[in-house]
Amino acid sequence: MSLVGARVLRKEDPALITGRGQFVDDITPAGTAYMAFANSDIAHGRISGIDTADALAVPGVLAVWTADDVAHLPPTPGVPGLERPLLATDKVRFVGQAIAVVVAETRAAAADAAAAVIADIEPLPANPSIGVALAEGAAPIDENIGANVLFALPIEDPEIEPALEAAPHRISMRLENNRCVPTPIEPEVVLADWGPAGATVWATHQAPHKLRTSLATFFGVPQDTMRVIAPDVGGGFGAKINDVPELYLAPALSRHLRRPVKYTQTRSECMVAMYHGRAQETEMDLGFDDEGNLLALRAHVFQDNGAYADPTGMGLPALTTTMAAGCYKIPKVAVGWTNVLTNATPVAAYRGAGRPEASYNIERMVDLVAAELGMDPLEVRRKNFIQPADFPYATHSEIAVYDSGNYPASLDELLNIMDYEALKAEQEANRNDPTKPLIGIGFSCWLEIAAFGPPGALEGFGHLGSWESGQVRIQPDGSAIIYTGASPHGQGTVTTFAQIASDELGIDFDKISVRHGDTATVVQGIGTMGSRATAVGGESVKQAAARVTENAKLIAAHLLEANPADIEVSGDQFNVAGTPTSSVSWAEVATKSFQNLELPEGVAPGSLEATVHNAPPNFSFPAGAYACVVEIDKITAEIRIRNMYLVDDCGNVINPLLAEGQVHGGVAQGIAQALFEKMQYNEDGQPLTGTLVDYLVPSAADLPDYTSSRTTTPTPNNSLGAKGIGESGSVGSPPAVVNAAVDALRHLGVKHIDMPVTPQKIFDILTGDQGGAQ
Amino acid sequence: MSNPTVEVAVQVNGAPTAATIEARTLLAYYLRDELQMTGTHIGCDTSNCGACTVLLDGDAVKSCTVLAAQANGHEVTTIEGLAADDGTYSPVQEGFRQEHGLQCGYCTPGMIMAATALLAENPDPTRQQIRENLEGNLCRCTGYEMIVNAVRWAAENPEGAA
Repeated sequence: MSLVGARVLRKEDPALITGRGQFVDDITPAGTAYMAFANSDIAHGRISGIDTADALAVPGVLAVWTADDVAHLPPTPGVPGLERPLLATDKVRFVGQAIAVVVAETRAAAADAAAAVIADIEPLPANPSIGVALAEGAAPIDENIGANVLFALPIEDPEIEPALEAAPHRISMRLENNRCVPTPIEPEVVLADWGPAGATVWATHQAPHKLRTSLATFFGVPQDTMRVIAPDVGGGFGAKINDVPELYLAPALSRHLRRPVKYTQTRSECMVAMYHGRAQETEMDLGFDDEGNLLALRAHVFQDNGAYADPTGMGLPALTTTMAAGCYKIPKVAVGWTNVLTNATPVAAYRGAGRPEASYNIERMVDLVAAELGMDPLEVRRKNFIQPADFPYATHSEIAVYDSGNYPASLDELLNIMDYEALKAEQEANRNDPTKPLIGIGFSCWLEIAAFGPPGALEGFGHLGSWESGQVRIQPDGSAIIYTGASPHGQGTVTTFAQIASDELGIDFDKISVRHGDTATVVQGIGTMGSRATAVGGESVKQAAARVTENAKLIAAHLLEANPADIEVSGDQFNVAGTPTSSVSWAEVATKSFQNLELPEGVAPGSLEATVHNAPPNFSFPAGAYACVVEIDKITAEIRIRNMYLVDDCGNVINPLLAEGQVHGGVAQGIAQALFEKMQYNEDGQPLTGTLVDYLVPSAADLPDYTSSRTTTPTPNNSLGAKGIGESGSVGSPPAVVNAAVDALRHLGVKHIDMPVTPQKIFDILTGDQGGAQ
Repeated sequence: MSNPTVEVAVQVNGAPTAATIEARTLLAYYLRDELQMTGTHIGCDTSNCGACTVLLDGDAVKSCTVLAAQANGHEVTTIEGLAADDGTYSPVQEGFRQEHGLQCGYCTPGMIMAATALLAENPDPTRQQIRENLEGNLCRCTGYEMIVNAVRWAAENPEGAA
C-alpha cells in the first residue's frame, strides 16, 4: 500500500502529547546563566545616558552590557548600510528596541536587573505610520538617509495611465493590509554554550544552517566550530527566520562569561520585539469594460518596514506586486513600491509574506468591479480566469510563470460543497426579518507563489541557495535515517518524509527516522519557509531514496543471482519480479552492504547512502477557491463566521490529514487578520495592543468548523507533483471574509470596510454613523 | 537585600516534591525549573494563553497565575502524569494523536490538561461546549477544529485506544 497520499498519524506526536518535547527553554546545561533585556518604552528618541549601576548591584548579576560594550562586534546582520545595532546606540527607533542586556544566575535576578536599568531618552516626534513618516517635515528616523524612504521603485510604464484612461470603467482604491503580530505560542528563545572547542547555539528558528553561517561570519570563526540546533520549535510562521540581536548577544555573552547563557523572551517583549507582518497600503487602479473584462491594473505598494530594514521585509512588496494580478488575465499590469521607515517594530515575513496582501488587493477589487456593474462576483471571476490550456502562464513579472492550475475547476468544486442559491435566498429573506441576522457571502479565488524556489530565489534574501537537502542513510539492520535541511515547526515533515521514503525504499514506515535542525549532523540545508519543505525538500528525499534503492538492488540481485532490472522491493523484502519465494530481506542487504566479502564486483562498502540538493526549476503556484458566510447581528453588530468553504489545489497531497491541518491553521490566521487582529500605535508610537488582551489572537470560541475539499492539478516542477500548502489558508481567507462582510451590508450602500472588520465599524455602519466606508 | 523564601511541599503526579524557593516563584516555574518537569509550557506573562494549564486538586488552573506557595499541601497533575504507568495514553492524549489535534506541540500540554478537566466535568460535551471551555487555551497552529475533533474522539472513546 502506498503511503504517499495516505492519512498517516504523526511520528512527532508521542513526545509532544506526553510533555517530552524538547523546546529550547527545556534545555538547561550545567552552569546556565540567564539573559534579559532592558527595552525602550519610547518609540523615537535620543539616548542621553544609560545608568546601569542599580542593575549591576542586583545580587547574582554577572554582566550588564550597553552599546559601548558591544562596539567591537558587528551590528545585527541585515541590509548593508541599514543594519540594526545589537543594542541601541544614540537613538531608539521603536518601543521594544533593546537598550541593554543583562545576565544573571537566575531568571528572576536577570528580570530584576533588567528592570533596574535606567535610560535617559529625550523623545523625538514619532512616525507611527506610513502617512506620518512620509508627511512633509516628518522627523527622520535614520539621519543618514533623511527622508523615511528606504527604497522606491516607481511605476514608469508610460502605457498604464492611457490604458486605465481608455477603459470604460475605472476603480481606484487605497487598500490597507493591517499590521499583524505573528504570535507563535513559543516566543523567541536562544541558548548559547560557547566552550573552548566552539559554540553550540540552540535557537527556536526556521533556518538553522543560515543562522550557523551568520553566526560564524559575525564572530569571525570558522563554520566548523559553530553548531546551531533548532530542536522542537513552537510555531514560527516566518517570524523565526529573522536575524535579531538576541541570537548574537547570547553567544557573545556566553563566550565572555565562559558559561551557557539562555534568553527566554517574555510575551510582552514578543509582542513588540519579534518582527511583525503585513503592514502595507496599496494604491490599486483597475480598468474594466461593461462586460466585466479586466483591462488594466496599476498597483503601487507602500510597505511599512518598521524601524529597521529587514532583508525579507524589504522584499515583501516585490512578492505582492509579482502576484498583483492573481488568477486573472489582465492585458496591462504595471507595479511599483515604496519601502517606508516608521517608529514601529520592524516588519518581515509572516505566513504568506506578501501574498496575502496581493490576493486581498485583487480579490477586493474584483468584488468592487462586480458591484459596480451589478454582476455576480463569480461571473466576473470566471470570465477573467487564466484557463487550464494557458499554462505555463507568463505574467507581467519575470519571476512568475505560473506552472499549472485549473481555477474554473476549483470554483466548480466550491459550488459543489456549498449551496450558493440557498444562501442567497436566505440572505434575501433575512434582510427584512428583524429576528434574523444579516447574511453575507464572500468569495476568494486566490493564487499564491510557493515552493521557494528556483535557483536565485532565496540567495537574494541571504540564503546559501534555493535547493533543499535530503540525505538517506541505511543502517546495518535495514532501517533508514533521513536527514533533511528543512526545519519544521509543526508541519509534520518527519511523518511526511518518512512516508515518501518508505514508498521509495520499500522499508516499513516504523523503521524510518527523519532528523532535522542540527547543523552538526544534517548536511547543508536552507530551512522551512515559503511553503517549500515538501515540494523542494520532499523531492530531495525521494530522489536520494531512489538512488539508495538502485544501489541496494545491485546487492540484492547479487545475493539472489538475478538481474538488477528484475528486482522489486516492498515490505522490507527484495524479490525477483514474479518469483516471491526468491527474496532477501532489507536487513540482510543492508548488513552485507558493509561487507566486502559479500558484495558484487564494483560495489564498495557504504553504498547505501545518498544526498540530493534538489532545486526546483520554478516556483509553484497553489490556488483555490474559498467562500465565507458571515452573520451580522443587526442590534449588537457582532459579526460571526457561520461557514468557511475551502477548496485548495496544492497539486498532489502526501498526507491529507496534515495538509488539511495546514489549511485550517492558515485560514485561522487569515480570519484573525480579517476580523480580530491589528497592531495599533498611538501618535507617540506607543503600542495600544501590546498584550494578548488587546491584540486579539482568536480562541476556539471565535472560530468556526471548516468545510474543506480539494482539486488536484499537479505541478510539473517535481516528481511528487506537490506545490506546497503551508501558507495557502492565510492567502485565501482574508478576502473571502471581508467580501462576505461587505456583501452583508451592501444593501446599505457599503462598498468597502478595512480590516479588521470589527463590530465597532459595523455598528457605525448600521447606525448610519460611518466615517469612511461608503 | 535578598528576596524572601518559602518552603513548599507539593504532590505532583502522585509523588511528593519539596523545595525552598523564592516566595514569588510561580507554580509554572516551580514545575519547570525546580522539578525540571518541562512538559508544562509558558507562552505569555501571564494568564492569557493557557499553555501552562495543569490540574490543581483536579481543577484546571493556569500555573503561571498560581504561586507555588499556593500549591503547598495540594496535588498537581501535569501532562507528564496523564499516561498510565505502562505508557498507555489517556483518552485525551490518544484523541489528540488520532485527530491531529497538534502541530508544533507547544500549546498542547495545556490544551490536553484543559480538555481533561472538561471531560471530567462533562463527559459528552458538544462541539460548541468544547470550544467555549477551551477559550482560555490559545493555539496558533491548528485553527482549533482538529482540537475539537480530538476532544470529541476522547468523549466517544473513554477507554482510550482500541
